[in-house]
Amino acid sequence: MISWFKYNNYPIFWKEYSKKCKQKQPKSIENTRFVVFDTETTGLDIADDRILSIGAIGIFKNTIDVADGFEIYIKQNQFKAETVEIHGILKEGKLTKLSEAKAMENFIAYIGNAVLVAHHTAFDIAMINAALKRLNLPKLKNKTIDTGILYKKLEGKKESHFNLDVLCKEFNIPKHDRHTAAGDAFITALLFLKIISKLRKERNLHYSDLFRVSGKEGLL
Amino acid sequence: MKNTISERIFDFLKNYPPFNLISNATLLEVSQKVEIQYFEKDQIIFSQNDNPHEHFYIIYQGSVRLYRFVENEKHILDICDEGDLFGLRPLIMNENYVMGASANEETILYGIPIVLFHDIILNYPKVSQFLIASFATNTRDPFSEKHKGKLFANVSAIQKIDNSFAEIQSANYNRKPITCSSDTSIQTACIIMTKNIINSIIIIENDIPIGIITDKDIRTKIGTGLYKITSNVNEIMTSPVVTFPQNISVAEAQIMILKHKVSHLCITKDGTNKTALVGILTQQDLILTQGNNPSLLIKEIKNAKDTETLKHIRTKASELTKGYLEQEIPIYFVTKVISEINTAITKKAIRLSVSEIGKEPPVKFSWLALGSQGRKEQLLMTDQDNALVFENVTPAEYNGVKNYFMELAEKVTEKLNMVGFDYCPANIMASNPKWCISLEEWEQQFEEWITDPIAEKILLSIIFFDFELVSGDETLYNKMAESVFKTIEKNLIFLSFLGKITLDNPPPLGFFKQFLVEQDGENKDSFDIKSRAIRPLVDAARILSLHHNLKINNTIERYEKLMEAEPQNRDLFESCANAFKILLQFRTSQGLANNDNGKFVDINSLNKADRLKLKSCFKPIKNVQEAIKLRFKTSQIPQI
Repeated sequence: MISWFKYNNYPIFWKEYSKKCKQKQPKSIENTRFVVFDTETTGLDIADDRILSIGAIGIFKNTIDVADGFEIYIKQNQFKAETVEIHGILKEGKLTKLSEAKAMENFIAYIGNAVLVAHHTAFDIAMINAALKRLNLPKLKNKTIDTGILYKKLEGKKESHFNLDVLCKEFNIPKHDRHTAAGDAFITALLFLKIISKLRKERNLHYSDLFRVSGKEGLL
Repeated sequence: MKNTISERIFDFLKNYPPFNLISNATLLEVSQKVEIQYFEKDQIIFSQNDNPHEHFYIIYQGSVRLYRFVENEKHILDICDEGDLFGLRPLIMNENYVMGASANEETILYGIPIVLFHDIILNYPKVSQFLIASFATNTRDPFSEKHKGKLFANVSAIQKIDNSFAEIQSANYNRKPITCSSDTSIQTACIIMTKNIINSIIIIENDIPIGIITDKDIRTKIGTGLYKITSNVNEIMTSPVVTFPQNISVAEAQIMILKHKVSHLCITKDGTNKTALVGILTQQDLILTQGNNPSLLIKEIKNAKDTETLKHIRTKASELTKGYLEQEIPIYFVTKVISEINTAITKKAIRLSVSEIGKEPPVKFSWLALGSQGRKEQLLMTDQDNALVFENVTPAEYNGVKNYFMELAEKVTEKLNMVGFDYCPANIMASNPKWCISLEEWEQQFEEWITDPIAEKILLSIIFFDFELVSGDETLYNKMAESVFKTIEKNLIFLSFLGKITLDNPPPLGFFKQFLVEQDGENKDSFDIKSRAIRPLVDAARILSLHHNLKINNTIERYEKLMEAEPQNRDLFESCANAFKILLQFRTSQGLANNDNGKFVDINSLNKADRLKLKSCFKPIKNVQEAIKLRFKTSQIPQI
């Protein structure tokens, strides 16, 4: 009862989103829309830090679709001068900035029921969920893929753990706009395509393989 | 909204043609619609006969192999690298791919939506020109009229792609146009036109041009009886008029005239048809603008009193060549102009020499230009190649006559050397007693070359058979030409020998990064444009012209005549002519830039567009060589 009551109070965009997430989805890599995204934040503390910007790009049928892109900057109440030098976003820059509420609404409408992809997904998802929580909304419902974990599925990479810079080098991806959300999202998207392509070469890759945690067999 | 990703794509695309020709706003729009795909080494991008994709591709990273299966055998057509375009077929015609494409190494492609390009092609003639050239590099007959007609149907702006004018020179137009009001009778208007000796009249209302009548209207509307001469001009005038602002350049004027298929442009105050008329620009005016400078130079040559003046004029002609090339004036026009100037200089040198000797020639003679000069394809200052023929004389007279012409030739070649035409290192000059002989002797010489085709004789015939009359008696020249054709007709095997030598230099396949891709898969990094591309086309034109008894030397004209002589091979010859124009232009601009004869091209110095342009010329060479191989059965000729 309570959940129904709560649901009814959710804004329309969230209801639309929930509806989309309940739809049955094709279980093939080809026909799945992936949204590769990245967030730039004021820091690494999920509770205290805030999202400065979100960049994302869609992949469908193994193709990065630039037209299916997303890039927003969020107005800040808190501001940490020390991280500016990493992400380059000033409190009062020239960029058009949205409120956190509006930004979340746009982002939710944009992602729909796509599978979310990020490098070290957990952090970005947690930051988004924290923002949603401040808006009295539940957590994201999307399936997620971590390119860091996906990389470990490649032969001989089980124990490796690398940041985006190292992987860019290994996969020969030019590092333009590193440390901007959209730039990192784009780099991650290329990385995602390249890893998938390599996995395909190594084995008969199924949709479900993307989500299975590597090395689980060894742990159990 | 900020869009980092498409900005980055924009940054990449803007470095490569044709994207560098598009306005930033449009390119940004394109960048926002790009699709990005990744391919593993050897992964297929599309296969031969596949349905066309909705995108064409530019390589962002890696390289792509284009191939074609012919009778189950795979032929590599090309290897494209970063910045290269491929998969253009669906953009040009809605047909399945005629070749396959696969990743040569791991590759990232940007897919450019074809839908977006339809408008761009309409608005940017240079883009369509470039795309056609790119497309042509991989089609069988690049530059052929047949393709051109099909490309982007209904785009009139690109119909005349060959003559891409970028002339920045402002066009001279008539600032006092003849006008009349709309209630003038046609008869009165015609009387005004006749009185002013003009072929058009503009109908104005309060100084604003509302229509135009040209000679053609009189012909098609009055002459045919559709309208009476008592009708008013507004009944037959063409309205609205095509207008342009006052600072019109020759290039813009050309484009407007081609695009709107009109012969007259109205120049108005602000360029629209809502403001006052300030002038009229006709096709005639454009022709005059272009012909202006050279005719001045020719006049100066005629008035020159000494060699120093000739030298000065020839230097000015070099400047002119440079300017023409910068302005992308069609090469055919440039070669004509420069040849005319060179001919005029030689004529003048002969006249000056005759007066120096102080004695008129004892018998009739002709001064002949050979080689590239004979073909009227000389743009840079190159060596002189010339010869002299004089009338047949009795053995008693012979020595005296020969001595006179030897003295004359000595003086003329010396003057030409002073003007800037270096002496021929092989001494193929009229001042060489071997090449200053009577008609009879020439005929014997030709016969000897043709009936006994050993390597060195064939090489001489290649130079000498492109002889052209520069000055003197035309009958002598004609008789020489006839003797060549007659002797060849009796000894057709000679053409097979000539063909064999002609085929010694096959064109390369294309470029890959800093290298030439050779047929046998080898790479080279410098390119001898003269021997590998220009000469094969010249040689092919010569042998085919000899075969058809065509008495012309100019390679472009030869191909044009061949198009008439063999309508079934029209496309082939046309593509050869166009390739030749491009190569000649290329060699000349390289030569001017490096201050040499432009023989070698440093591939590293070429940008993408240049490489593409060059590459597009290799196909016709290959095709025409194939044709020669078959026609003259050169495979039956032993190694010469």
